[in-house]
Amino acid sequence: MTAASAAAAAYIVAALLFVLSLAGLSRHETARTGNAYGIAGMAIALVATIGLATRSIPAAAVGGIVVAMLIGAAIGLWRAGRVEMTGMPELIAVLHSFVGLAAVLVGWNGYLSVEREGAAQTEVPPGLLGIHSAEVAIGVFVGAVTFTGSIVAFLKLSARIRSNPLMLPGRNWLNLGALVAFLVLTVAFVARPGLGLLAAVTVLALALGWHLVASIGGGDMPVVVSMLNSYSGWAAAASGFLLDNDLLIVTGALVGSSGAYLSYIMCRAMNRSFLSVIAGGFGNEGSTAAGVEGEHTEITAEEAAELLRTAESVVITPGYGMAVAHAQGPVAELTRKLTEAGVRVRFGIHPVAGRLPGHMNVLLAEAKVPYDVVLEMDEINEDFAKTSVVLVIGANDTVNPAALEDPGSPIAGMPVLTVWEAEHVVVFKRSMNTGYAGVQNPLFFRDNTRMLFGDARERVEDILKSL
Amino acid sequence: MLIGVPRETRPGETRVAATPATVRQLLGLGYDVVVESGAGVAASSPDAAYADAGARIGTAAEAWTADLVLHVAKPTPAEIELLRDGAVLVSTLSPALDPELVRTLAARPVTALAMDAVPRISRAQSLDVLSSMANIAGYRAVIEAAHAFGRFFTGQVTAAGKVPPAKVLVAGAGVAGLAAIGTASSLGAVVRATDVRPEVAEQIASLGGEYVGVPADEQSAGGTGYAGVTSEDYDRRAARMYAEQVRDVDIVITTALIPGRPAPRLIAEEMVASMRPGSVIVDMAAAQGGNVAGSVPDQVVTTPGGVSIIGYTDLPGRLPGQASQLFGTNLVNLVKLLTPAKDGQLVLDLDDVVQRAMTVVRDGEVLWPPPPVQVSAAPAAPPALRPAAHPPAARRPASPVRTAAVVGTAAVLLFLATAFSPNQLIGNLTVFALAIVVGFYVIGNVHHALHTPLMSVTNAISGIIVVGALLQLGHTSTLVTVLAFVAVLVASINVFGGFAVTRRMLGMFAAGGPTRTRP
Repeated sequence: MTAASAAAAAYIVAALLFVLSLAGLSRHETARTGNAYGIAGMAIALVATIGLATRSIPAAAVGGIVVAMLIGAAIGLWRAGRVEMTGMPELIAVLHSFVGLAAVLVGWNGYLSVEREGAAQTEVPPGLLGIHSAEVAIGVFVGAVTFTGSIVAFLKLSARIRSNPLMLPGRNWLNLGALVAFLVLTVAFVARPGLGLLAAVTVLALALGWHLVASIGGGDMPVVVSMLNSYSGWAAAASGFLLDNDLLIVTGALVGSSGAYLSYIMCRAMNRSFLSVIAGGFGNEGSTAAGVEGEHTEITAEEAAELLRTAESVVITPGYGMAVAHAQGPVAELTRKLTEAGVRVRFGIHPVAGRLPGHMNVLLAEAKVPYDVVLEMDEINEDFAKTSVVLVIGANDTVNPAALEDPGSPIAGMPVLTVWEAEHVVVFKRSMNTGYAGVQNPLFFRDNTRMLFGDARERVEDILKSL
Repeated sequence: MLIGVPRETRPGETRVAATPATVRQLLGLGYDVVVESGAGVAASSPDAAYADAGARIGTAAEAWTADLVLHVAKPTPAEIELLRDGAVLVSTLSPALDPELVRTLAARPVTALAMDAVPRISRAQSLDVLSSMANIAGYRAVIEAAHAFGRFFTGQVTAAGKVPPAKVLVAGAGVAGLAAIGTASSLGAVVRATDVRPEVAEQIASLGGEYVGVPADEQSAGGTGYAGVTSEDYDRRAARMYAEQVRDVDIVITTALIPGRPAPRLIAEEMVASMRPGSVIVDMAAAQGGNVAGSVPDQVVTTPGGVSIIGYTDLPGRLPGQASQLFGTNLVNLVKLLTPAKDGQLVLDLDDVVQRAMTVVRDGEVLWPPPPVQVSAAPAAPPALRPAAHPPAARRPASPVRTAAVVGTAAVLLFLATAFSPNQLIGNLTVFALAIVVGFYVIGNVHHALHTPLMSVTNAISGIIVVGALLQLGHTSTLVTVLAFVAVLVASINVFGGFAVTRRMLGMFAAGGPTRTRP
């Protein structure tokens, strides 16, 4: 057994542990074990790599490794410990950008240590040099797109920039042009590797990543985040090709395909094709939907409490507004009180509620709502007709009947929670403004709908007081 | 405005158009109420109770000359004469069956609303006296049948022997039929029910009945929410079904009515004759001509074969307190609709389909019949909804040919790409392709609630790129070393941060203990 074969063996074990980790994450019962597998896999991979590296590099470099990892670990653990669950989307987006950045740096290093050295380099056999150059270009490209894309997503999610889609004229042609330019540059780079060409690839990819995400609206963020997750995986896989490292390829491909699958789930939940989300610009285009107007009826927190007290079953459908108002705590308290009073309380979660796949589930879990009363749309939709009261807390487009009833609506065909079938619907809302899709919601004007205006957290607390 | 509640004068009428409870609600809408002395006696509401509720007790003339007169039974011509000019009368009027009454009303400058002409739309449900009275009548029909029936409803096994349960057949599963089904099955009888609308089978089952269909492929619904007239062929097959059922059961309750027409004849003479002695038939349609051959309105007829045919037409009135309360509440809901400002001022809005449908006469002008209101519950709705549920945006499943073409092209491309690759790349591509497939299958059945932890764990795992950076760290070039150092640093943030935050999130997910509602 040589050091190299030991490292290779360790990589296979690590790769299998990563597969087990993802498999474990698919069920509540095994999720924690899954995370532990992931940690174990990562530890094995790191130990093997560092062990291999110490044989060929000076002690100072090993010291550098330790310092870099310690700093990284400190920052990572600090952020992970401090982040609020409402801030999860931002954290995940910013973490994606790190993977992208690392992939860019690895790619550049590949160029600097091989092509840049010219004939003096010994790492790559001359016959494979062309392939190596192509891998550098691809790795840098994917990494850079992930990097700026994630940064824009982070800025949008943390409301540091407006989340409206950027609408440049001919934006699809811009994206397509960037891809074509990338292909041309790569061919040129393979023929004659040069610093200028690689820099051009990098700048082009950075610009493309920025533009891709900037032109996607806030309501599509769940798709964007999982798409970036996928990109970060492809970036790692590209680096694996570059370094001829199977562990990186396997892991990157795992992450890449899982992110793509999540994006697919999200797109299906919005009844939109992946391409139409990538192309962006949702909600600002001229909507052909008939203008919805009507009178809405308000309700006070006391009256809402009265409704709840006499209800037999209650379904709560939260949306991003619950996260913004940090209302998950009082909502959980309300759930407990009603459950104790013999009311059957359940939650209905739309697949794209929030700004991250599964965002609402995490918030409710944080507030100690048992996960087995938190149901997804398909599980709960049939039960609305038998439900006494539905509380719509900070959701809008995901409960919009126009999606099913108005073929001209921009969200037509999107599966929605059919809350209006319930006996009473109480909508918690700040104002009569439209949702992210910019579509007015006829739900608010229905006979069985009551509007409870104000901050969701305060209103839920008011209801708790009245109960 | 003043609301008058006269005493009902129709022989045998026990109901009254307002109870003390509904009087309070009417007062709350801004009206004054005068109740004729003795109006509620039969419904166990003495004058004192009305006075307590805030009504004035007056004479018949005072009640009939109010601005708005609430009444239960059809008014007599003499009573219509008492109405003052411009008054509004709300009552049962059966305008479709009684054109004479409509003419009499139109002879006076009054407005008349028919409580039995409420359209069957969900918004108007709260005004629908036909529903609320039918509910009571269905209950009472079973009670009357039980009274006349010489045996238990429920089956029993006693020391003195076994008693089989009574078998009840309910014809027509409208409101009355459903109430009868529920009542009979809660008394322990075996209940079967028929209806021309097969879609009510589920409602019948929900109340404990068993649906017996006519062996036919014809459906019938007039688009009005009521049953319609059926074809001859259908009637023949239905008759055969009834003949079989009637011979088998102990009690038959018929509720079949078609609005504005005589009741359909369901049970012929020979069917009645085929029943066992002691059997009971309640013909709830006796007033409209009867579903059963030989039924006489308001009487119990016993056939030579020993079958009792009950033809009471006052079944709701046999529960006077309850019937008055429900009828009164229907009236209050109507008055609410007519008093949008809650200020005691009545506003009749003929653009509203509900109010239009009920208005038989307005200021002496005949407005009957109203334009049809098309709001049938079952058959009309789905075609309207279905196209909307699948808008053009919905994707069609790809055709097999297209799928095969895509897969084939991809396979060829992959083959070419790999075949012209050096050996090292082939190995890498193999691993890559297999890992993608594994990734899809592993993620395929992730629980929706775990999407966020899944993303953060995959994110941590994609920090594996740190391995690539580590391998480059030992390079001689300082620039490479510095870049690799930065790469290791940021990738480490990912690895540690990602796993830590996943751990934190997973720690929060907890199954419900005592609050668990699903197994």
